[in-house]
Amino acid sequence: MRIGVVTFPGSLDDHDARRAVRIAGGEPVTLWHGDDSLHDVDAVVLPGGFSYGDYLRAGAIARFAPVMSALVPAAKGGLPVLGICNGFQILCESHLLPGAMIQNDHRTFICRDQPLRVENATTAWTSDFQLGQEITIVLKNQDGQYVADEPTLDRLEGEGRVTFRYVVEAGGRNPNGSYRDIAGITNERGNVVGLMPHPEHAVEAGYGPSLDGLTFFTSALKSVVNA
Amino acid sequence: MGNVVVDVMLKSEILDPQGQAVAFALPRLGFDQFTDVRQGKRFVLTVEGEVTDEVLAAAREAAETMLSNPVIEDVVSVRAESPLDSSSAESQA
Repeated sequence: MRIGVVTFPGSLDDHDARRAVRIAGGEPVTLWHGDDSLHDVDAVVLPGGFSYGDYLRAGAIARFAPVMSALVPAAKGGLPVLGICNGFQILCESHLLPGAMIQNDHRTFICRDQPLRVENATTAWTSDFQLGQEITIVLKNQDGQYVADEPTLDRLEGEGRVTFRYVVEAGGRNPNGSYRDIAGITNERGNVVGLMPHPEHAVEAGYGPSLDGLTFFTSALKSVVNA
Repeated sequence: MGNVVVDVMLKSEILDPQGQAVAFALPRLGFDQFTDVRQGKRFVLTVEGEVTDEVLAAAREAAETMLSNPVIEDVVSVRAESPLDSSSAESQA
């Protein structure tokens, strides 16, 4: 089972994503932003980082990289794609997922262990979770505020496409101002998932707050087998 | 050589953290008459020769597809740079 991880100029977490794939039992494949082939991988991870320095807008220039000309039609055709942090921003800029990311409302970089609630356990990347399960993985970002217009937010919620929500204490606020506490969403088909927090940093005992991140990758490996 | 100026602003309903940071800082310098600040982006696209209608059309397309994200931003204007755009003219204005 071959899961590709794209490296853009400025990607930071591509190595950790490949490591997570390996620990989950898959074969990680290095994909290059300037190569317009996906090399027949079974799924793709767009990793975190600051592709192209986040110039213009986070993910805006990566969207037009040669590898995306192969990825966008493949994703529309059902290829499992996970966008983490900057990868989520790239998926939004590519219109594979609705909405956009802007700067955190408190204007500071955030880095912490973040509880999330699984709100859709049927996607290619979340099928090994239980609906309503609480997980804790790392959140670290500058431009993590998920925004979309009201009809889009209503549609996402109505169609069950909000995949993860930040767990917010009563009277508290979510970590970046994201509308409706949204941490991650999926497309209509459930093969494309984007989220701000980082599952690839929570896959190995002794590193990170949990092993909850591993479940993303084991879910994908199963979805590929069952496809 | 001609220039096309493209101005992009966050939509009014989208929170602008950068603009807010500026707005909060201005009163510290005594500028207490400004109730809000919104910060945008200006792109200056240079071409060889005149800014023709074709050049403007291409700039408009670039503005819609790459320079702005229609989910969160509006392209406020796309226009050929006028002599008034030079910094000396602005400082005299």
